[in-house]
Amino acid sequence: MHGTRILDEADRLMTVCNSCRYCEGLCAVFPAMEMRRAFSDGDLNYLANLCHACGACYVDCQFSPPHEFNVNVPKTLAVARAESYASYAWPKALSGAFARNGLVISIVAALSMAAFILGFAALNDRGVLLGAHTGPGAFYKLMPHNAMAALFSAAFLYAIFVLVMSVRAFWRDIGTPIGGHADGGSIFQAIRDAGELRYLHGGGVGCYNEDDKPTDRRKLFHHLTFYGFLLCFAATSVATLYHYLLGREAPYPWWDLPVVLGTLGGVGLMVGPIGLFVAKMRRDPALLDEISYGMDVGFIAMLFLTGLTGMLLLILRETAIMGPLLALHLGAVFALFITMPYGKFVHGIYRFAALVRYAQERRGEAGS
Amino acid sequence: MRSKYDVLVIGGGNAALCAAISARRGGASVLVLEGAPKFYRGGNTRHTRNMRCAHDAATEILTGPYTEEEFWEDLLRVTGGQTDEVLARHMIRESKEILNWIMEQGVRWQPSLGGTLSLGRTNSFFLGGGRAMLNALYLTAERLGVDVEYDAKVTELVVENGMFLAARLERPINGETEIRATSLVAAAGGFEANIEWLKRYWGEAADNFLIRGTPYNRGSILKMLLDKGVQEVGDPTQCHAVAIDARAPKFDGGIITRHDSVVFGIVVNKHAQRFYDEGEDIWPKRYAIWGRLVAAQPDQIAYIIFDSTVVTSFMPTLFPPIAGQTIAELAGKLELDPAALEKTITEFNAAVRPGTFDHTILDDCRTEGITPPKTHWARKIETPPYLAYPVRPGITFTYLGTRVNKEARMLMADGKLSANMFAAGEIMAGNVLGKGYAAGMGMTIGSVFGRIAGREAAKHARN
Repeated sequence: MHGTRILDEADRLMTVCNSCRYCEGLCAVFPAMEMRRAFSDGDLNYLANLCHACGACYVDCQFSPPHEFNVNVPKTLAVARAESYASYAWPKALSGAFARNGLVISIVAALSMAAFILGFAALNDRGVLLGAHTGPGAFYKLMPHNAMAALFSAAFLYAIFVLVMSVRAFWRDIGTPIGGHADGGSIFQAIRDAGELRYLHGGGVGCYNEDDKPTDRRKLFHHLTFYGFLLCFAATSVATLYHYLLGREAPYPWWDLPVVLGTLGGVGLMVGPIGLFVAKMRRDPALLDEISYGMDVGFIAMLFLTGLTGMLLLILRETAIMGPLLALHLGAVFALFITMPYGKFVHGIYRFAALVRYAQERRGEAGS
Repeated sequence: MRSKYDVLVIGGGNAALCAAISARRGGASVLVLEGAPKFYRGGNTRHTRNMRCAHDAATEILTGPYTEEEFWEDLLRVTGGQTDEVLARHMIRESKEILNWIMEQGVRWQPSLGGTLSLGRTNSFFLGGGRAMLNALYLTAERLGVDVEYDAKVTELVVENGMFLAARLERPINGETEIRATSLVAAAGGFEANIEWLKRYWGEAADNFLIRGTPYNRGSILKMLLDKGVQEVGDPTQCHAVAIDARAPKFDGGIITRHDSVVFGIVVNKHAQRFYDEGEDIWPKRYAIWGRLVAAQPDQIAYIIFDSTVVTSFMPTLFPPIAGQTIAELAGKLELDPAALEKTITEFNAAVRPGTFDHTILDDCRTEGITPPKTHWARKIETPPYLAYPVRPGITFTYLGTRVNKEARMLMADGKLSANMFAAGEIMAGNVLGKGYAAGMGMTIGSVFGRIAGREAAKHARN
């Protein structure tokens, strides 16, 4: 038997599913399952992270509840997936952050925003904090650019380091790919599969969320969120290049590339998370992993807050509340970065790794 | 919901929904009465996975052509000629259109599943299986304006001189306990879940049968129709039975309780005696005969026994094999006489002749000097752990039905056509499938005759 109750249940279900196989055309989970006859902890965590929670296998299953075989793959894998995040977290001491994740994220976010406000207030006099600043370098009157860059680079590098350590543990645990080997083609395939959310489509029919009808729009909202996030990241990167290479200081005019990218991304980061949150609220309780509700909503809220404060800063940057808004925005972004490895953000990293592994296995299978 | 419809469809599976959709598309108002609760809707359809349709060329999901003539020959072979040629050929011809028609109703196809490559040319598989297919049909029916009621048990059919007038309900729907309709489509399946009915032909042995589908396939509509003078077709004593795991639930274990490991070992009864040639024929025939063979054994139980060398030769199973390091230990776990089982296996091993094993053909691995022989795939059982699956008869469907013509219109016992009663699916499958089975044929019968029945029922209602 396995280390946890949920892995025992996942093992039971994969044994049921492996003797049925009706769902093999729906996504990547079932073909990956069919390559195995027995399932280690790592195998189950791999399958759990490969699952995109489209819900189709639940609606299509002749053995889902109330049938006595009680086959509920989406929910079981959702719980297993959430538990896998904690079990692979680095350092081990911080894996508890996943248990009450909503609370942890809220506290970190609140502290971070408060710290920026207090910091701004302590280091600047009232006139500067609540003054209207315009023109190049306006933001840096409140916080020197080098300090800002150093702080955020440190937070970002920490997040990257922790994510690398965590995903390395996952990669080792899921073992050698069945008949495959790591190569660039698999990574490219995984980038495509993740980029288009290929497996969030119920095999082509559509996804399920609130009921047994394939009317789910989570794919659209996830695209808005994810590409919104990337656009915001690109905006910051372009601005950093402007600053160091061209010597051009923020704020930039509305038509300039960092602002255009940031505005598009910001809209995505607001609309996407709202859509995902509404979908979460309406999700069929049979499919919902309610234990991870706090983690899911915490991450959605952080993304929304980042988008919202960024957009407000853009709109109100020439007024007297620019200072406090800048503090709030920086606080939100800082909190988002340092909690990244200890929250829902990691789902993307583990799922991407699982997709790479799946691409390897498929290529191995095709080659053999 | 109204109290009078153009077309009343009784049943909720593939045939019923194809009839409802086709009648609705033909302009009729349609009510579907499904006797099961919503989750169990669809009868045996929820456990199916593919359909056999004739096609003249390979498609995206079918690896090659399967002509009408070849389909006919297959049908002739599995039924041993017990089929209505006119009706069967008509069905096969219509099956070609069904490949596209069923997709237009929202059903999606996929290539054959892992482990079913032998069906890749002849059978189209439903993406997501039979329940996914049903979900698509229900979505389409509801979108078209078909009314559907679940838990709707019909207690009586009001029929006068072969003319359907009304159906009476156990539980009122919107205050009505009687539904009148201009035409009736009966698509309510067979009686395989009705143990009392099975006992009429099988005696007490039927108590040990496991039913592969839902407990709702009780044949009540079939019985009412026959009582009202509809002509019967098909052998009432016969049912399709396969060997399934004895640990499966009494009802609705579906496909995952099946065992296809017979050819890799031997099969013994409760006295640890072999009773049939385990290597007689290849899939699917070997699959379909074992239910009846086990039904004929004492207490309707048998044990497939093999050793650890063949475990990965067949699909993984829902229930793990029962294992013993020695034959005696295994016998103990199976509650068989250890000495008898050791003797059976020793004699079997001694009779095995050398050969080249290949489970995809009738190979030359056979026994000599024992009765019954194992004529192919015979290999010694000698590498522990020794393994076993207990099996019982798993009843899939029954053959008794209502006689119909090419329009799916029922014939009365006196040979006259019913004025307004049509039948589709398992309830009339005996017309083309007098005995035997080939994968996917039940769904072909359901879709083809469902579509015809709905069309004809709507046409009758309009006139």
